[in-house]
Amino acid sequence: MKRNPALALGLLLVGAVIVLSLAAAAIAPYAAAEQHIADRLQGPSPRHLLGTDQYGRDLLTRTLFGGRPALVLGLGAVALGLALGVPVGLASGYAGGRTDEAVMRVVDAFLSFPALLLALLIVTALGATTGHALLAIGVANAPGIARIVRSQTLAVKHEEFVLAARAQGDSHGYVMLGEILPNLLPPIVIEATIRVGFAILAGASLSFLGLGVQPPQADWGLMIREARQYIFLSSWPLLCPGAALAITIVGFNLFGDGLRDWLAARA
Amino acid sequence: MTPVAPTLELRNLSVHFETAAGPVHALRDVTLEIAPGETLGLAGESGSGKSTLAYAVLRDLPPSARLAGDVRFDGESLLGKAPEALRRIRGRRIAMVYQDPKSSLNPSMRVGRQITEVLEIHALASPSAAARRALELLDLVRIPDPADVARAYSHQLSGGMQQRVVIAMALAGDPQLLIMDEPTTGLDVTTQARILDLVADLKRRLGAAILYISHDLAVIARVSDRVGILYAGELMETGPVAELFRRPAHPYTRGLLEALPDIHGTRGPRPIGGRPPERAGAMAGCLFAPRCGFAEAACAQTRPELAIVGRTQRARCLRWETVVATPMTASGRLRVRAPAATAPPVATVEHVTKHYDEPGALARWLGLARPPVHAVDDVTFALGAGEVMALVGESGCGKTTLGRIVVGLVPPTSGRVRIRRRGTSAEVVDDAEFRRLVRIVFQHPDSSLNPTKRIATILARPLKLAGVPRRGRRARVRELLEAVRLDPGHLRRRPRELSGGEKQRVAIARALATAPELLVLDEPLSALDVSTQASVVELLMDLQARLSASYLFIAHDLSVVRHVADRIGVMYLGKLVELGTADEVFRPPYHPYTRALLSAIPVPDPSAPSAAVPLEGTVPSARRPPAGCRFHTRCPSKLGRICEEIEPPLLSAGGTHVLACHIPLEELRRQPPVRP
Repeated sequence: MKRNPALALGLLLVGAVIVLSLAAAAIAPYAAAEQHIADRLQGPSPRHLLGTDQYGRDLLTRTLFGGRPALVLGLGAVALGLALGVPVGLASGYAGGRTDEAVMRVVDAFLSFPALLLALLIVTALGATTGHALLAIGVANAPGIARIVRSQTLAVKHEEFVLAARAQGDSHGYVMLGEILPNLLPPIVIEATIRVGFAILAGASLSFLGLGVQPPQADWGLMIREARQYIFLSSWPLLCPGAALAITIVGFNLFGDGLRDWLAARA
Repeated sequence: MTPVAPTLELRNLSVHFETAAGPVHALRDVTLEIAPGETLGLAGESGSGKSTLAYAVLRDLPPSARLAGDVRFDGESLLGKAPEALRRIRGRRIAMVYQDPKSSLNPSMRVGRQITEVLEIHALASPSAAARRALELLDLVRIPDPADVARAYSHQLSGGMQQRVVIAMALAGDPQLLIMDEPTTGLDVTTQARILDLVADLKRRLGAAILYISHDLAVIARVSDRVGILYAGELMETGPVAELFRRPAHPYTRGLLEALPDIHGTRGPRPIGGRPPERAGAMAGCLFAPRCGFAEAACAQTRPELAIVGRTQRARCLRWETVVATPMTASGRLRVRAPAATAPPVATVEHVTKHYDEPGALARWLGLARPPVHAVDDVTFALGAGEVMALVGESGCGKTTLGRIVVGLVPPTSGRVRIRRRGTSAEVVDDAEFRRLVRIVFQHPDSSLNPTKRIATILARPLKLAGVPRRGRRARVRELLEAVRLDPGHLRRRPRELSGGEKQRVAIARALATAPELLVLDEPLSALDVSTQASVVELLMDLQARLSASYLFIAHDLSVVRHVADRIGVMYLGKLVELGTADEVFRPPYHPYTRALLSAIPVPDPSAPSAAVPLEGTVPSARRPPAGCRFHTRCPSKLGRICEEIEPPLLSAGGTHVLACHIPLEELRRQPPVRP
């Protein structure tokens, strides 16, 4: 820890975001949608530590609750991306030859499409709900994960222990899952951690465009969308979710980088 | 001692690394010097501190390293030097050649440019003069056509050529001190012999001091004037090369010499028992005492000083007088050879051919077809029950591919391999049974065990595949570990916690798990130290005697297989060119290629002449193997057109001995034996 400040700070930030989101109901001073019509668009005060929004809702409360959809979207989308990308990358890299060529060209086609645009397409086609946003971001993440996993598979598949497994009669399935995959876990974990940060950003972007989380739920992207119109009256409704988003993404990135260094030092 | 001031002088140099678990001592109190024009060979097992010493001279150690003592270069201490001053010395006045030439060269830069870069960095030549100088340097290291090589990228050159280029780069600054760290390890014996010749030649012509590091005393004997033996970071013995090899005064030096394979086949290599000490914490007494056959009670208490053994020979041993007085008769066991096989062979390899990268129908139709790589071409032999057959040849001769075809990892293009159970004539056709009966041990211990698994899991897997129930597996895994002489404590460990030799033992145990009839050993020794090699050979031969499995022992070095193989097959460019019993292959008549391989073997005798038959040129491309005899492009005794046009058949040379050469047998018989 002492020699890896990135990991320590990342762990601290990510841990804080998770704990605060989970405990939002217990520590938030008000209910998530509670309105105080008399106190609209106020700055920080003893009653509202971070001020209020245009309906007089407490911004501290909203920001705390807003972490929940962010984490669900970020973690869920990356989990979906892994579920799709890891098997494709692993099988394609292991198979090699023409199969690999064909699969990778399809993956390239997906990759050449901007991820957010792809997510937008999916959400517009299926309808704007949190679940669809998660699905869209997960699918958009899968090709990148598949590429990483494939390149790592290529590096491992010529190791002699893979040949040894083949020579003793292990099945292709066992060689992939039992011999190769465990060696890919460190790079996969690092990649996934960094992707969570970006998936949270993508989720917030969809919500900001009105295509993700729907009002009146508390969500950082949605809060920014609503605060935009009142930016000249009060900047607090914009600053709170923006800062929360920034801290979360920086936290996951630092955590991923730190993890990479830690695993590299251990190997 | 030396009238001239030494180029390099180490005075009581100690290096330790600060780690979380406390200090780890890499070098202890090393004092040595190298005079201008002198070559000091530094030998020792891996982990003895050889490379740390080289990096300490260059002051290129990780930040956790702590140095004590002094390193003096050309009369000046290097320890107090500022980084800028060191930079001017490194690469110019002190140059280094590393083990792996491939990683020493930049793959994206032409070879010539890399040399001129060195010249420009040190402002040794103007850009136009640099190009000329680069060609001179390439010529200096005996590269046949410097202009062509200068334009090439490193991947277009063979390993030997790459190492020559690296040496040329090192010589660019006309250094006073050249440090060579295992420069021939990993190269073929034939290539090694030529690089050693080059080093010997450069030594005569340049007058630079050379620090030559190797784990192989046979190599050290070829190039050194004086020798230093390092063990656990301590200098155990130094002396002139002739004296030290004739009369080694330290038991460790003797151990290293006895671990070398003997090409006369009169004694087996004898491993040094035990393993080097952990180097954390302080050590009392002689560091070698726990492994020493001469040790007595005093050895465990007092740290011996360097005793004066000869005029300039010194040994750090309390009992050196007894050591010197004891003749070196001790020898490792020789394998009891199997009687000539009368039972049906366990394996028959019938006209096996493997062509890689066969062009597809489309490429042929478009006229884009490149010829395929002829990895193995029409190889036929049989392997008897309990027989050990060796396959030798330079890298790229197809021996590894053939081994993989035999275990069923690679399908042959044509021909077939038949496996039979001992004493039966029915061929094994069931895939699962085949996998149990034919097993393989790979070359690289670091790569052949899955780093994420524990040893117990690795050894249990083949048993599980063979249908052994869980409880039986646990007992058998312990048994296997015992068979390869590893402590049961290793079961819970992962591969990275094991040494190279221990990993190779685990790989052998895994191969033996299913009681195989045939074990293919794909260069199981070439990644190991000489002393570790000896212990792995001994283990393999003991197991062979106990289990009487057949071995197909693939090696690039004939000396290693001399006393372990019943028969030896020599391969060149995919063809079997000679096959016979070990004695037949080691005595005339020789195939000219076998002769060249034999004469390239380094021997631990400084007075031995260098290779009598230097093998020039490199192995031709396997995509376009030469017509006629494939060896004709490099053959020192080529007859003429017949060799270029007609492929010689394998003809009997008496007994079981066959060889493929156009030279009349009587003439080959008259040739003198190599290293009689």
